Amino acid sequence: MTAFSLDAVAAILLIPVVAAALLAALPNYRLAAGLNVAASLLTLLAALSLFVTDRPQPGQYLLVDDLNIVFIVLNAFVGFTTSVFSASYIAHELDTGRLTASNLRFYHAMYQIMMFGMNLAFVSNNIGLMWVAVELATLTTVLMVGIYRTHEALEAAWKYFILGSVGIALALFGTILVYMAAQPVVGEGTNAMVWTVLIAHAAHFDPALLNVAFVFLLLGYGTKVGLAPLHAWLPDAHAEGPTPISAVLSGLLLNVALYAVLRFKLLLAASPEAIATGPLMITMGLTSLVFAAFMLYRRRDIKRLFAYSSIEHMGIIVFAFGMGGPLANFAGLLHMVMHSLTKSAIFFTVGHIAQVKGTQNITEIRGLTETHPALGWALVIGVVAIAGLPPSGIFMSEFLVVSSTFARHPFLAVPLVFGILLAFGALLLRLTGVAFGEPRGSTAPAEASYIPMYSHLALVFAAGIYLPPPLVTWFQHVANLLG
Amino acid sequence: MNGLTFDIAHLLAGGLVLVSFMMLYQDRLFALINVFAVHAIVLALSVAWQAYIQDAHHLYVTAAIALIFKAIVIPVGLHRIIQRLGIHRDIETAVGIGPTMLAGIGLVTLSMVLMLRVTSGADPLAREDLAFALSIILLGLLVMVTRRNAVSQVVGFMSLENGLVLAATGAKGMPLVVEISVAFSILIAFIVIGVFLFRIRERFDSVDVGALDDYRGEHR
Repeated sequence: MTAFSLDAVAAILLIPVVAAALLAALPNYRLAAGLNVAASLLTLLAALSLFVTDRPQPGQYLLVDDLNIVFIVLNAFVGFTTSVFSASYIAHELDTGRLTASNLRFYHAMYQIMMFGMNLAFVSNNIGLMWVAVELATLTTVLMVGIYRTHEALEAAWKYFILGSVGIALALFGTILVYMAAQPVVGEGTNAMVWTVLIAHAAHFDPALLNVAFVFLLLGYGTKVGLAPLHAWLPDAHAEGPTPISAVLSGLLLNVALYAVLRFKLLLAASPEAIATGPLMITMGLTSLVFAAFMLYRRRDIKRLFAYSSIEHMGIIVFAFGMGGPLANFAGLLHMVMHSLTKSAIFFTVGHIAQVKGTQNITEIRGLTETHPALGWALVIGVVAIAGLPPSGIFMSEFLVVSSTFARHPFLAVPLVFGILLAFGALLLRLTGVAFGEPRGSTAPAEASYIPMYSHLALVFAAGIYLPPPLVTWFQHVANLLG
Repeated sequence: MNGLTFDIAHLLAGGLVLVSFMMLYQDRLFALINVFAVHAIVLALSVAWQAYIQDAHHLYVTAAIALIFKAIVIPVGLHRIIQRLGIHRDIETAVGIGPTMLAGIGLVTLSMVLMLRVTSGADPLAREDLAFALSIILLGLLVMVTRRNAVSQVVGFMSLENGLVLAATGAKGMPLVVEISVAFSILIAFIVIGVFLFRIRERFDSVDVGALDDYRGEHR
């Protein structure tokens, strides 16, 4: 069994690599889109098999544990549904001439390399390898954000590139500091970068070095999470790239960086004399939440609107993990999963809407539920879910975050609830115009793939009404691990 | 560790900080790139010295990358790009040179105070390397924020990355250093190609990042 599950980890990493090589060589875009879907499906199956098989022993480079399994499966699932959405999205882009066949070859190969980078970041047991994987995922998304080669796309890619590189450079400095802290205790060489070894010996590390390291890691990876003072790349990258990339950026790449932060948070928690990481994360989380909530009111571009909503939700998640404790961690995990599913569903919908209407400008999109009921209602349901109205899963996780805050730090609940309500108002305000109101713009029928968006939304609402007990137990277990 | 090996390592790392300072007051692009080439050469010497005293032969690879790629290939490439773009005029610094130098001194002081305090337990060579490395990283960031020109921002980023390589080689026995320096070289190559593409595609008339701000999606 051990050999088989090792194969499952290998499959998660190798399938995307092989697929990327094939896709780079394949000139036919229809075949390529199909292969992209097939490869993503296989990756998802391999990820799911991790649940049933025995885990491999953690090696020097790879690790599967209760924490990262959640991230891997979520990543593979959204990766798969996005590839289905992408197949119908790019067909339209090709028809309208925004992308050429050679662009698409590049696009598909990059998509799989990005999946590889994200999966590698999740399964890596080595903080150096994790850093390389995050960098790889960043680079591929930069290239895809700039794929339209317009002024706006290139500027967005450039901004993302420079800010992302600076963030990643700071994260590397933090990684080096962690190594420096570990080296006197664990000894030189690869072992001092292996996460399982680090966590076992963290109590003996120099706490002062760990503290400084965490500040750099939080700033560095926090840039990629899109936390408030460092978020400037995020709205541009979401708005100007192809919509499938916006969906994976919001739904997955932000989670990768968040996962890295969580790993290092655990490391500091294992060292009794190191600073409490909670207040730092709570501050950054709340700042992002309130800032993004205000920014939501001024948006005119629909993809930018939802990009700011991603900053807002990442703020809530980081806040929840910063609070710590079983309940808040549980809420944070649940919120992360629900946000990934809902936000990618919204981007699937918005992608088709922007294609039908030929614009991303909110004022030019009106009365969608009349002209395109399936898309319009998907957007309504998605926004209702993301704004945190019952019975969506996000309502439940936000409720848990707020109630645990009230129980433990009532003063923090004030800005938290204020931010959530502010964002709620902004989203509903925009939604009423876009979804209802007098129809405006093109009424041509949409050639959309409805299955990805509706299946995501169905999952979100199902989770809000009934969470299966095994899932709850699993999340509780992971929440306890997170301390 | 005897006194001389320590002194040489110290001299080279300190030299790197000094060259970082020289970057702050360059007001011409060509001069800035030449200073960067010097920065890369000093880095290569410093890494080679670390490879020698730690008896870590793989670090020679990192030194060679620094020497060939960063001290020769990239500066020559950037020179060409600048000539093609016809932007070998003064750099528009966003902040004056005086305040920039003062800020630089402040940053170096900050990193010395911070790193020397928190690493009191570590081995003295690694300690000073880390303090110098953080100074170089912060000075690199300072170069990036005080310049508005895309090419000089790239130079700032590369000097920042040199600081990281210094820190990584100073941490004795750190694995993956070579891989990380290769990964960074690829990243930089992408950035440089990116700058070049801006022009090749003729989407922008200028590589002044300020001009890019006009294309912010919100002002459409």
